[in-house]
Amino acid sequence: MKFTIQVNEGPYQHQSADSAYHFAKAALEKGHEIFRIFFYHDGVNNGTRLTTPPQDDRNIVTRWTELGQAHDIDMVVCVAAAQRRGIVDDGEAERNGKDATNIAPGFRISGLGQLVEGGIQSDRLIVFGD
Amino acid sequence: MSDTKKFLFINRKAPYGTIYAWESLEVVLISAAFEQDVSLAFMDDGVYQLTKGQDTSGIGMKNFSPTYAALGDYEITKIYVEKESLEERGLTLDDLQHLVWEDEDEDYAEKDSIRLVSRAELGDVMAEQDVLFNF
Repeated sequence: MKFTIQVNEGPYQHQSADSAYHFAKAALEKGHEIFRIFFYHDGVNNGTRLTTPPQDDRNIVTRWTELGQAHDIDMVVCVAAAQRRGIVDDGEAERNGKDATNIAPGFRISGLGQLVEGGIQSDRLIVFGD
Repeated sequence: MSDTKKFLFINRKAPYGTIYAWESLEVVLISAAFEQDVSLAFMDDGVYQLTKGQDTSGIGMKNFSPTYAALGDYEITKIYVEKESLEERGLTLDDLQHLVWEDEDEDYAEKDSIRLVSRAELGDVMAEQDVLFNF
């Protein structure tokens, strides 16, 4: 089955970020396909490489990066939500005159159309959030 | 894009306490460009999103409630409001904005967009959908 996964909550604050990761990993292990993972609302904070959790805790961001790169998953951070919350890649930094970037490897910033397309192209869209 | 799916955006939260309502509306407006069969549902505290006379001047936040009145122009004409959620909060349809759309096939007659449904009926509406977005 082909899934699109929507992550609506930030890492560490809310279990959604963990649940979405475990779901994605389990789905891939069962041979399913992940068309896209879309990060929305505070979920965009899953995509900052500046996260530094304590060493005895899981690193949610690098976990996403590793999963995404291992399985060539399209991991998209919503541009409108990212702009509000300060998630920045090279293109956004240039467009909005910012002095730094923080997007983590494996993530890209794009529009809400990517979420709608995920709903159209996938067999199931699974939303993780409140 | 050839295939059309039935999309239902479910709005469950009050409008300003969190950003879910506003960012939901942003996806809804984008989805209209994809020529899908889009419906909205309002339940739980989400029914407050449609109340009329919203005034956010005291909290320094943008009042986005006028945007709901534009949904008809985006050809979003099915807005389900759960009856029990209204009643539990002491609200009636009169407390909500009067949302309409213009029916091209009937000489642009104005029609009501809001459909008052029971909890059970809303469950049936959800069961008919291809894609459910929860906000």
